[in-house]
Amino acid sequence: MLSIVLLMLSISLATFVLQIRNQLLHHLERTIKPFDMVIGAKGSSLQLVLSSVLHIDNPTGNISLEKAMRIARNPMAKDIIPVSYGDNYKGIRILGTSKEYLTTYDASLQDGKLFEKPFEAVIGSSVAKKEELNVGDTFLSSHGLAKSALETHNDKPFIITGIVKPTYTIIDHLIITNLESIWEVHKHHDEPHHHEEEHHMEHVDAHSNPNDKHEEERQITSLLVKFRNPLGALQISRFINDKTTMQAAIPKFEIERLMGFLGIGFQTINGIATAILLVAGLSIFINLIKTVRERKQELALLRTYGANTFQLIKLVFLEALFLSFFGTAIGWFVGRISLWFLSIFTEDVYGYHFVFSLPTQKELIILVLVILTTLLAAISASLSLFKLNVSKIIFDA
Amino acid sequence: MIQTTSLRFTYPDTKNKTLCFPDIVLPPKKDMLILGPSGVGKTTLLHLLAGLLPPKIGDICIANTCLNRLSRRQLNRFRGEHIGLIFQKTCFIKSLTLLENLTLRERFSKKKGDRYRKEELIMHLGLSDLLHKKVYQLSLGQQQRLSIALGVIHKPKIILADEPTSNLDDANCKKVISLLKKEAQICQSNLVIITHDHRVTAHFSNHINL
Repeated sequence: MLSIVLLMLSISLATFVLQIRNQLLHHLERTIKPFDMVIGAKGSSLQLVLSSVLHIDNPTGNISLEKAMRIARNPMAKDIIPVSYGDNYKGIRILGTSKEYLTTYDASLQDGKLFEKPFEAVIGSSVAKKEELNVGDTFLSSHGLAKSALETHNDKPFIITGIVKPTYTIIDHLIITNLESIWEVHKHHDEPHHHEEEHHMEHVDAHSNPNDKHEEERQITSLLVKFRNPLGALQISRFINDKTTMQAAIPKFEIERLMGFLGIGFQTINGIATAILLVAGLSIFINLIKTVRERKQELALLRTYGANTFQLIKLVFLEALFLSFFGTAIGWFVGRISLWFLSIFTEDVYGYHFVFSLPTQKELIILVLVILTTLLAAISASLSLFKLNVSKIIFDA
Repeated sequence: MIQTTSLRFTYPDTKNKTLCFPDIVLPPKKDMLILGPSGVGKTTLLHLLAGLLPPKIGDICIANTCLNRLSRRQLNRFRGEHIGLIFQKTCFIKSLTLLENLTLRERFSKKKGDRYRKEELIMHLGLSDLLHKKVYQLSLGQQQRLSIALGVIHKPKIILADEPTSNLDDANCKKVISLLKKEAQICQSNLVIITHDHRVTAHFSNHINL
């Protein structure tokens, strides 16, 4: 009994930790995958990636759509997607972008249709679930990215035209609309700000002429670029960083850098999980041998009933398999339930939830390893059955 | 029928001391008591008869089968089918109920399907109300009766009992003796009892002293 509890606990801990790590990495990977480069205002490149791709940090500033497009429009670039944000609804970010943003993530609608006109929006599946929003509902945006923003854009309600199927990327946690909506909302706010920007830009854009005035009004937060050949990103980013007032960041590098910072943490967690598994394996081993020793009397009794060695060994193996299989299965279940509880918490606090998944390949490998360990333990435990001194055991009983 | 000739046994850790047993010839359906002070090898003899220990020299034949000539596997099978053992200290599978213990014993004897036998036996031994109790919930007397049931349920050719009454009070002792006699009669088997209990010796005429 004790051994099954021990096994259960260690399996649940190990699968729990593995799942968190995998899902976080998977989520990050899926979210950054579509883009090779981000072009945004100067500042920290990590911040630019975190804010524009992962939507967890504040933006570095605004850039001119026209100027950014001029640089990004390049034979090597495949998709160029402008994004603009700065508003929220109950802490959920409202992202102004083009429809291509959804297609790069292979996102499709589960309900309704895409946005066409300004102030039409589609919402991610998590948003729909959490805020209980449906197609046709309207909401008011607030200025800023924080939940407690005081300034509400009362005059310009958004209408929800569609809900996106779960993508397991950041899209699930966003409200997506077109760029015009963001510009409309901020027509007045941004007026003084972008004049300043314009001034900075002048020396960069050699071909600037007065006709650009109208174009330059159109500010975006950043430009997400996918290249035909990821190597193109390296060349162009160097050019942008050296020759313009904008900066280019490469999400893959930035995330790798971030993982470098977090690496020690993950390594520690991995180490702990491995140690726990080793302890579990050892406990199965010791307990099985102990069980056989404890049951010696009963096994000897079965001998007097006419059981042969093979039948006794079969019993030990059945017990071992039962123990390892159910221990692992229950442990796995407990791990998932813990993840679910954690998910409720993170959903509440960070708006991020974990997905309930069927056993992964790694977990199946753990199961196989556990079963192999128990079989090994069962074999060594059965060795003593060959020289079971029935007479003595019965007499000493 | 039990027949032994020039039976000797040596425990591996006491190389010098060889236990020599008198030849036994016990015709079918006959009872026998094995008497003697402790340490002379009464239990050893019983375990030799049950095929739990291999003799150093000598032959043991039970119902015209020579135990020495059987392979380990055949010996296990023979024991399961034809020998009923009742131990001094009761011995059961603790996690099972009384009925489950009985069924398990029956199954190992390869004689399935005799439902009538099981029901009759349970009734004879007065265990009908205890069938679904776990064995550790039983009293000493009840445990001893279950022990007898386990020894005879498969209608063995010989019933071997090792001090079956040593832990029992007079009432239970009497009951156990009469039950053993009755069951041996029903099974038409030899009953061999080791004892130094005077309450038992009076009930049997055929004694051998070790």
